[in-house]
Amino acid sequence: MDQFTLNLLVIGASFALYFGIAFWARAASTSEFYAAGQGVGPVVNGMATAADWMSAASFISMAGLIAFGGYNNSVFLMGWTGGYVLLALLLAPYLRKFGKFTVPEFVGDRFYSTSARMVAVICLLVISITYVIGQMVGVGVTFARFLEVSTTTGLLIGSAVVFAYAVFGGMKGITYTQVAQYVVLIIAYTIPALFISLQLTGNILPQLGFIGSYAPTGGDVAFLDKLDQVVTELGFAAYTADTTNMFNMFLVTMSLMIGTAGLPHVIIRFFTVPKVSDARLSAGWALVFIALLYTVAPAVGSMARLNITTTFWPGAVTGSALSAPAVSLQEIETNPELAWVNNWQKTGLLAYTDKNGDGLIQYFNEKKPVADAGKALADANKALAEAPADADKAALEAKVAEAQAALDAALADPANGLVEGQSLTDMGLKGNELTTVNNDIMVLANPEIAKLPGWVIALVAAGGLAAALSTAAGLLLAISSAISHDLIKGALKPDISEKGELLAARISMAFAIVLATWLGLDPPGFAAQVVALAFGLAAATIFPVLMMGIFSTRVTKEGAIAGMLVGLISTAVYIFLYLGWFFIPGTNMLPNTPDAHFLGISPAGFGPVGALLNFAVAYIVSGMTKAPPQDVQDLIQSIRVPKGAGAAQAH
Amino acid sequence: MADKMSSNAYWAANIRVITISMVIWFVCSFGLGILLRPALSGIHIGGADIGFWFAQNGAIYVFLVLIFAYAAKMNKLDKEHGVEE
Repeated sequence: MDQFTLNLLVIGASFALYFGIAFWARAASTSEFYAAGQGVGPVVNGMATAADWMSAASFISMAGLIAFGGYNNSVFLMGWTGGYVLLALLLAPYLRKFGKFTVPEFVGDRFYSTSARMVAVICLLVISITYVIGQMVGVGVTFARFLEVSTTTGLLIGSAVVFAYAVFGGMKGITYTQVAQYVVLIIAYTIPALFISLQLTGNILPQLGFIGSYAPTGGDVAFLDKLDQVVTELGFAAYTADTTNMFNMFLVTMSLMIGTAGLPHVIIRFFTVPKVSDARLSAGWALVFIALLYTVAPAVGSMARLNITTTFWPGAVTGSALSAPAVSLQEIETNPELAWVNNWQKTGLLAYTDKNGDGLIQYFNEKKPVADAGKALADANKALAEAPADADKAALEAKVAEAQAALDAALADPANGLVEGQSLTDMGLKGNELTTVNNDIMVLANPEIAKLPGWVIALVAAGGLAAALSTAAGLLLAISSAISHDLIKGALKPDISEKGELLAARISMAFAIVLATWLGLDPPGFAAQVVALAFGLAAATIFPVLMMGIFSTRVTKEGAIAGMLVGLISTAVYIFLYLGWFFIPGTNMLPNTPDAHFLGISPAGFGPVGALLNFAVAYIVSGMTKAPPQDVQDLIQSIRVPKGAGAAQAH
Repeated sequence: MADKMSSNAYWAANIRVITISMVIWFVCSFGLGILLRPALSGIHIGGADIGFWFAQNGAIYVFLVLIFAYAAKMNKLDKEHGVEE
């Protein structure tokens, strides 16, 4: 059976499972649609939360980010798990005790103000829409790669699948589908990792393998030391090298942690459990299931990095990288074990070119002067090729010759070489020849790079789709409940019937899917900024307002509204200053480089600063305004104790 | 009134548990994983230095233990103060 048929079978079987579950668990009331009737046990809810949480980015991109970022990108590992501690300790039990359906609803009741509720709706929509576009793009890319259709077709198939089970199933259908999706994605992620860990370290547990020893040379050298040795020989920074900006690493980690705790689609999952004590426990179970993937991810990243490097430098397996010639073009063409190189080149995620014409593909890190000169030459060539017929060709050709001379000089300078005292020219090199290695390839192509069987490859495809679909469904539910429950029932038409609201919820869900698909077809610039925008805003708006609502009896509606607005605007403006207004290229007013960042804070690290501003403004404004009324004081006292948490409260 | 007293004592005990837990949360991630890494680079866990290990794996294990310990402690507090469901 060929790989395509295998992919089709495995993906088809997983979809049939999701549809079956959705039909069995379809929602019959608003309580079931928004909160699965508050009858989901903590373990099941934990598993569904894990699938909801782990997106296409966690499954496909994170290991690659760690593979190429090394220690610096530990921010994702700590940030995207530490948030669950905050959820369990600071938010989930109290919001469950409150016992209603949406995040803005809590804000509106606690701060006795429809305006506060509407500001929360705006924050929620910006965060969730940014997030959902990324998921739709992930679905399109995965379908395109594994089912050999265009990205557009892939995206449309994915939307139809989400539509089928999310619109009819609501939270109840989504919850049980997510449980199945979790099982698919975790098997797909760990099986290749177990095989690869066994191959490289002799230890089947990746968590122990990556801190164990390197097996192919007999186990006398630590795996991480071997990886550091190989990548530094090729001019890359050491994998375990310390961060150059500790302050910013601290802030980005903090932003991801409090952003995680403030993401509406994660918070609403804790409305589905029967009891307050279940909400605490459920956060723990969610983290158990998330940790199964997150503790494996650094092993997948580091092992994939070593595997791809030794593929291009076979000598690195037992000795130093440069001790044997690089892989040859002929071998890439003829060796079936290297067929993945050309397979992935077709997708654009991998690209190579034999610059020096020696028939070998040398992969290494160009030092900055070489990289810059290479880029200048490419720009000059492009200008010449695109010049209109009447342009001054001679001047453009002179520019190309000048850029070529600069590149030759950089290549001939021993300071830019890989080996002490030798320039790249001395070694016969004209630059790095593996010109593109996309992060995502580290998970998607990992089974092929490690020479694993075809069914493992098909499983990874199904896992990637499960990760993207489950997160998309959770986000769409958060969006639709904000529209039907907060906007329509809460403000526009409070007397809407239960049946009418359920219909409105389904229509807003359908509308949200259409919008997400349309934006996913031609993703606007902000879709790529999920980390900065969605997490930064969740950290600076939703997390602080919920925390103050629970832990302070003094914060007033004026304080909450002013705080949320300051958090929202300061964070958005800081991001726009460096990344462009509404992410339109070229409209950034400051260059996005570490030197230009205010106090070294990158746009992705501004969330905690926005949160601090939110807290400060809310407390100052609250001090100047009238304390919340008695019924709100009673509400706060009531959410602080578990006793009396009723079952479903529709009103 | 007795009810109110009891719930005030419950809330104070809850805040104490949260504060202790948050200190552990901070030390094992931001502390060991980021701020103290250079100072502790001589200590190794297997083939990794302790800061690298906490940043990539160890912090996650501590988070897990922390949440379950918190849930158990709070169930006990709920019973002691008579506010359980």
